[in-house]
Amino acid sequence: MSWLLDPLAYAFMQRGLVASILIGVICSVIGCYVVLRGLAFLGDALAHAILPGIAIAYLLQGNLFLGALIAAIVVALLIGFFSRQGVIREDTAIGIIFAAALSLGVALISTIQTYAVDLTHILFGNVLGVSTADLWFIGGLSMIVLACVRIFYKPLLLISFDPILAATLRWPTELLRNLLLVLLALTIVGSLQTVGVGLVAAMLVTPAATAYLLTRRLPSMMALAAFFGGLSSVIGLYASYYLNIASGAAVVLVATVFFFIAFIFSPNKGLARQFIKKA
Amino acid sequence: MTTISPARLDLENVSAGYERRIVLDEISFQVPHGGQVAVVGPNGAGKSTLFKVLVGLLPLRSGKILIHGELLGQHKDCVAYVPQKGEVDWRFPLTVTDVVMMGRYGKQGWLRSAKKGDMDAVLNALQQMDISELAHKPIGDLSGGQQQRVFLARALAQEPHILLMDEPFTGVDAATTEKTLQLLDDLMDQSVTVLVSTHDLDMAAQRFDQVLLLNRNLVAYGPAQEVLTAEMVRKAFGQRVHFLGGEAIIDECCPPE
Repeated sequence: MSWLLDPLAYAFMQRGLVASILIGVICSVIGCYVVLRGLAFLGDALAHAILPGIAIAYLLQGNLFLGALIAAIVVALLIGFFSRQGVIREDTAIGIIFAAALSLGVALISTIQTYAVDLTHILFGNVLGVSTADLWFIGGLSMIVLACVRIFYKPLLLISFDPILAATLRWPTELLRNLLLVLLALTIVGSLQTVGVGLVAAMLVTPAATAYLLTRRLPSMMALAAFFGGLSSVIGLYASYYLNIASGAAVVLVATVFFFIAFIFSPNKGLARQFIKKA
Repeated sequence: MTTISPARLDLENVSAGYERRIVLDEISFQVPHGGQVAVVGPNGAGKSTLFKVLVGLLPLRSGKILIHGELLGQHKDCVAYVPQKGEVDWRFPLTVTDVVMMGRYGKQGWLRSAKKGDMDAVLNALQQMDISELAHKPIGDLSGGQQQRVFLARALAQEPHILLMDEPFTGVDAATTEKTLQLLDDLMDQSVTVLVSTHDLDMAAQRFDQVLLLNRNLVAYGPAQEVLTAEMVRKAFGQRVHFLGGEAIIDECCPPE
């Protein structure tokens, strides 16, 4: 048992573990909507687009999370604005804004002396550097996101599955869509410390896709996604401790292994099942 | 046109359309309490547009729509709409019951969870559409006709006063068509007002007491035998209608859009 408990002797490991689990869970729950609505590209773009916000906050010595959050919301609304004009497609709008924001972020960060180290931490996370204050922030964020998913379960489900019915019920579909984008932005900002902007898209998509293969109803898909997200975080962090590899990458790789197992062995949708059916 | 009172649905000079194109031009008609109307017209005549306006999916350009004498939007959930071939992602992780329960969302609001009354309405709707045995099936496993019946059941669970069905007889199996026709009879007994769009003139003539012939303008509205005359049908369908020994044949193989 000591190999399980040894790492926890360090306070930074305890904080890192709690933060990873929380982020693993909320990424996976919001990720269910990302997977079902096909928002993976948008999620990835949002993650990269927060870079200039972080850079500006860093240069002004303000709160990095706050900078990231403002940048994410601005970008989400900008993408919505450009695609609503109907002149260019949404994925084109995302591609343009995302690349521009990323470039702006890199340009700003390159003016900082310790450029390489800071950029690596932002891109791939630094879960062992989670402070007590960070942990409170991540905890509060997680509660807000999970509470919103619960409270707005029906409207978020309906605008995702059948926006026509939502509109005929006179529900504010545009506002609800923006709410989902803001929840996505909050989740991404929270995950900065654990997996970083480079890998958050994987945490949004992979556990949710794994759960999708194994269930037939949305609530159980969310619960199972949260389970896989949390478990991947724990296993990934231990792997990172013992194998001395980057923690964010380890978490994502573990989540991917779960996905492949589900893809092959899922009772209803798995490759093995289809193979047996054909045989 | 004579006024039948109390009219459940009144349209007064309604115009509507998309960005640069007016599709419905100054339409006025009334449907009485529990009436059943077939909306007939060629492709692009504005049948779907009419329905979208009635449920608030498209704004009015001008004119007025009154339901029970009140402006559209005052009664939030008394109009149910079954779109042409449900344009939703059928791979969503939902069961048939989950989808039919969405018909109760209007009455539940965002927060209240399903009560016994909601469950009863769902079970009744499933039974009425003869899909009770599919209740716990994932929607991804359904056939096209079954999908249509799920959407009809959902509309029934809404307990609407007015039900709009867009082309419910197009591209579905015979059993679903039969079930849908039976549903029309049931709704007649419950005096639910029904508007059904179709391009099947026979169906319109045989199964509906009133026919509304539409081609951007209102061409004619009234009892089937008065509306579906050779002259009127030719006026609505133009060159695409041919008369062969008293039968109207509509050439829909080259729709204008």
